[in-house]
Amino acid sequence: MSATSTAAKHRAQPLSRAEKARLSEGKRAERRLGWLLCAPAAIVMVAVTAYPILYSVWLSLQRYDLKFPDDREFVGLSNYVTVLGNQYWWTAFGVTMLITVVTVVVELVLGMALALVMHRTLVGRGIVRTSALIPYGIVTVVAAFSWRYAWTPGTGYLANLFSDSAPLTERASSLAIIMLAEIWKTTPFMALLLMAGLALVPEDLLKAAAMDGATAWQRFTKVMLPVMKPAILVALLFRTLDAFRVFDNIYVLTAGANETSSVSMLAYNNLIKGLNLGIGSTMSVLIFLTVAIIAFVFVKLFGTAAPGSSEEGRR
Amino acid sequence: MADIVLDKVGKQYPDGTVAVRDVDLEIADGEFVILVGPSGCGKSTLLNMIAGLEDISSGELRIGGERMNEKAPRDRDIAMVFQSYALYPNMTVRENMAFPLRLAKLDKATIDEKVAEAAKVLELTELLERKPANLSGGQRQRVAMGRAIVRSPKAFLMDEPLSNLDAKLRVQMRTVVSRLQKRLGTTTVYVTHDQTEAMTLGDRVVVLRAGVVQQVGDPQTLYDHPANLFVAGFIGSPAMNFLSARALDGALRTALGDVPIGDRLRGMLERGEAPQEMILGVRPEHFEDAALVDEAARAKGREFEAPVELVESMGSDKYVYLTVEGERASSAELEELAADAGAADLPAGGANLVTRLSAESRVREGGPYKVWFNLEKIHLFDPSDGRNITLHEGRAAGIS
Ligand SMILES: Nc1ncnc2c1ncn2[C@@H]1O[C@H](COP(=O)(O)OP(=O)(O)O)[C@@H](O)[C@H]1O
Ligand SMILES: [Mg+2]
Repeated sequence: MSATSTAAKHRAQPLSRAEKARLSEGKRAERRLGWLLCAPAAIVMVAVTAYPILYSVWLSLQRYDLKFPDDREFVGLSNYVTVLGNQYWWTAFGVTMLITVVTVVVELVLGMALALVMHRTLVGRGIVRTSALIPYGIVTVVAAFSWRYAWTPGTGYLANLFSDSAPLTERASSLAIIMLAEIWKTTPFMALLLMAGLALVPEDLLKAAAMDGATAWQRFTKVMLPVMKPAILVALLFRTLDAFRVFDNIYVLTAGANETSSVSMLAYNNLIKGLNLGIGSTMSVLIFLTVAIIAFVFVKLFGTAAPGSSEEGRR
Repeated sequence: MADIVLDKVGKQYPDGTVAVRDVDLEIADGEFVILVGPSGCGKSTLLNMIAGLEDISSGELRIGGERMNEKAPRDRDIAMVFQSYALYPNMTVRENMAFPLRLAKLDKATIDEKVAEAAKVLELTELLERKPANLSGGQRQRVAMGRAIVRSPKAFLMDEPLSNLDAKLRVQMRTVVSRLQKRLGTTTVYVTHDQTEAMTLGDRVVVLRAGVVQQVGDPQTLYDHPANLFVAGFIGSPAMNFLSARALDGALRTALGDVPIGDRLRGMLERGEAPQEMILGVRPEHFEDAALVDEAARAKGREFEAPVELVESMGSDKYVYLTVEGERASSAELEELAADAGAADLPAGGANLVTRLSAESRVREGGPYKVWFNLEKIHLFDPSDGRNITLHEGRAAGIS
């Protein structure tokens, strides 16, 4: 706060040419230092991610099926035409979108409620926080199996509640269960991210709003949410990107039966099971592009910034 | 507008801390009352209870004659200014000031009018479209005040509103606050830990210590007739000097020499209403250069000689730090005051007496010097409970 106000003061004064030169000199040195500090991490990241990504792009431009390795051939964008013209792809895309939107929205609401509870709890804070995080600590595949058994007719305790139904054999109920498992698992993570944002809302601000005549709901919507906005956007971005790549739960619960495949599932089926490297890679690249677009929309349109860098600080 | 009555109000936090104890206070309509005391004495807690931000553990709070204990802050119709200003960072100055009015569902034209008026009073008109992050401390403070005055509440509560400003701005804003309060005539409760602010601002000052009201009165009364050691030491800068004193053979033995005891005090000593061991309190300005005291005045006081440690010339007068023999007065109150002041009032070295002499004084550092002090203005305190023994029917009577 004080840093920005001094910065504002600096800006208000007209700078002489020499001062400007000195300033930009310092700025440049600072920028160079910034790059140098980032370099090791950036290099490792490029080495680990850039190569596979580029290789996928390269593969996606070829007809390449390991079952017919002799037919390997450069085909340009025809794999993309095949995938984008395919009904299975679009079904999976729709399923993925549905799962993403529903789970992220529900997680946001539940996560916020959980965060508020954890933030307000005075007694047994540690216990409350730890127990809330348990679902996130369990390996997804393990959790998914326990969900599957729970919903298996005859042996599962949840399936028995709804007498003789087999929910994992129908599309709507399967999707619902997949989403339930996803939400159950990641809501604590959401809550944790949001709690960090809650800690940024000064207590005085809420008191001031109460004095100004705001109800509890108005304090939440008009004061808390705007102040937390950066933290909420970061949480949403993380979760959206994560949710869009949903795989484990579907793999264990339905294995993609009854049109419950996500795009990741479809890519896996083509790539690993079908051994069709060309089509599988094309799907991977398309998933990558979608995720990039989502990230771009969040960062550019909603102004999502890294946690800690305030809106003012970025100007 | 309304009066505020606190009837045996107390506060115990869930962890057992008793922050405020049985406070009785009647604040008249339009009055400007200051709550003052060292950090942690329960000022904010008391203010938050009036605001409705903290529950009242015991006693009753009435505003305008109506019981308020169970009412939510929004139903009390009072405005509050916080030390941190608590401006909404996502809103412009205009939106910040309009916020309480929008919540009160006033129509747009009325809101604009009221905001414009408040902005004019506080000279914020040019800043209306700015965000709080782009304002200076003083400007933010004024916005916080503006947000409080726009809706013409029954009362203003201010919790150390000037503490985050630098010294010069603080003095300026003090007059702004004072003028604003006079102009609006709204009942105001103002919290501060700065006794200068308390003395200069309020109609009445309430001195708090550890959640207990020590004394309530106008600034001059607190200064001239402190009810106890704590008030005497807290109000006034530089602080009152405290020395130990012992009643013996009809006189008071002190480091400043023997002081005769008057009839009233002798009576009290005989009846056991005053202890033999006491604490003598003399304010710095009740000393004078002995050479400058005329015959008539000389009889009213006593002279003594002491080595001069340090002389600070202020132009209008001189602060002279002297070293006197004898043990330092000690009591729980004095220790608390010293802790609060960070013991910064005394200069380094052995000096233990701060005096304020006329500018004409020729006092020099180093050698001993003759100083006179006014016996009519001295106070005596009981070290066990801090009570001012010289107080007679609320007025300090010296050693008469
Ligand atoms: N929420 C709380 N829980 C427990 N004790 C508190 C709480 N708030 C304040 N206190 C205690 O109550 C006392 C008075 O605090 P406060 O009213 O903030 O003092 P002041 O404003 O005069 O500095 C302090 O001893 C403080 O530690
Ligand atoms: Mg306080």
